[in-house]
Amino acid sequence: MTDVAILGVGMHPWGKWGRNFVDYGVAAAQAALADAGMEWRDIQFVSGADTIRNGYPGYVSGATFAQALGWQGAPVASSYAACASGATALNAARAQILAGLCDVALVVGADTTPKGFLAPTAGERRDDPDWLRFRLLGATNPAYFGLYARRRMELYGATPGDFARVKVKNARHGLTNPNARYRKEVTEDDVLGSPVVADPLHLLEICATSDGGAAVVIASTDFAKSRGTKAPARIAAISTVTPTYPNTVIEMPNFATDSSAGVKPPETTFRDSIAAKAYDEAGLGPDDLDVAEVYDLSTALELDWYENIGLCKAGEAEKLLNDGDTTLGGRIPVNTSGGLACFGEAVPAQALAQVCELTWQLRGEAGERQAEGAKVGLTINQGLFGHGSSVIVIR
Amino acid sequence: MAKTRVPAIEGWFTTGDEPALVGSRGKETGSYFFPKSVAFSRNPAAPAEKLEEVALGRRGRIWSFTTNYYPPPEPYVAPDPFVPYTIVAVELPEEQMVVLGQLAEGADPAALKVGAEVELVLGTLYEDDEHEYEVWKWRPV
Repeated sequence: MTDVAILGVGMHPWGKWGRNFVDYGVAAAQAALADAGMEWRDIQFVSGADTIRNGYPGYVSGATFAQALGWQGAPVASSYAACASGATALNAARAQILAGLCDVALVVGADTTPKGFLAPTAGERRDDPDWLRFRLLGATNPAYFGLYARRRMELYGATPGDFARVKVKNARHGLTNPNARYRKEVTEDDVLGSPVVADPLHLLEICATSDGGAAVVIASTDFAKSRGTKAPARIAAISTVTPTYPNTVIEMPNFATDSSAGVKPPETTFRDSIAAKAYDEAGLGPDDLDVAEVYDLSTALELDWYENIGLCKAGEAEKLLNDGDTTLGGRIPVNTSGGLACFGEAVPAQALAQVCELTWQLRGEAGERQAEGAKVGLTINQGLFGHGSSVIVIR
Repeated sequence: MAKTRVPAIEGWFTTGDEPALVGSRGKETGSYFFPKSVAFSRNPAAPAEKLEEVALGRRGRIWSFTTNYYPPPEPYVAPDPFVPYTIVAVELPEEQMVVLGQLAEGADPAALKVGAEVELVLGTLYEDDEHEYEVWKWRPV
């Protein structure tokens, strides 16, 4: 039994609030503690998901949040894994619990983001591939998304309309989500009429950068039982895998893929391997899923994820979308929260926000965006520099 | 007076009539690396293999491409007014890897096709009062 119980979840709404990231993290932590019915002083371990855009406090986020909540002596950890930081922080806390080193832990991620493109760390950094890709190529994050989208069109005949309909779906899902930044219905014409950023992708198809915070209180199942918590949502698996050499898909921030000249590529691609590890750990498969939160950095990437998590075969994601299977009320609703399309990305909080949404769905507390009778959910996400992230939540 | 042409980065490509990217190759497995790796092999099947510096193939086929219509943040040196530019991902047949590069000046992005052949050339990345900074680019054959 490797499950841990989710006692509480909480978020600070996403937006462009312009305040210190610590404010959002503390608000999210307090909400998660209240949801758990726990006192901060009873938390035995604090796991922070770092931000690299807010100076030193962001690099030591576990301690930053612990100090802001009021020092109470709990050990801390701070994790950075780009977009996957939340899952890595969650996994650090889970390991403490499963090892019997503590009973209950608080996991927090929060960010304050600059306007516009995410940029590399400042300074003249000629040994840093993240700096060099901007300098020598102008390869922004959306440029990589554009490459993937064009590849999808070439391989599977995906159309700009298919991509736009992902945004239309997610915008509708997030309409009533109180934590979402964008709560406005959009049409296919709105999407295709917005300026092209990195063709074939338009402005409304690429996620914004946002401020926000998310937190989760997890505990051993024995601890949950001792507190009388009835049927809590549980984490059945966390995958934080890295690629296996040679990784044959071009990934941020790289200039080139690995070479397959000397070693045959693995049977499973990196992106396929992320969910595969989580399924394996949970003893579940794609057919068991009721809901999924996937990382829609772009509309086209959401379609890639359908295939990477096994909702359909390669090349069938457009059909799955267009048949309404991934819309609320469909066979397997994807991004009931509204996804990054409605949130924008608050990097270290995002993987935790996905877990918050699944918890509300599995408890039946998601209001107008509730997927009926959801019992099993999966999150998927990927951080640059080779970070996989997938969490399976069951109830 | 003509400006002096200098590489935008040292050691990543050769110049001359037939410029090429400089990579490295594992002597044991034949795995290629770009940018070149000097001290160690990133192939876990042969962690101790010796590496040799090699020129990568100058021709490949387009894996995908995209045109950027918004000025990227620094350290990209964007012209004012901004000019959109195209990034091409190219599959090299011998090396069995995909390498990114900008599309050469003068080439029409609307005419690009996935699978079409391109070759490596040098082009201007940006310039200042005295220098033109060169970088590798891909040009349709």
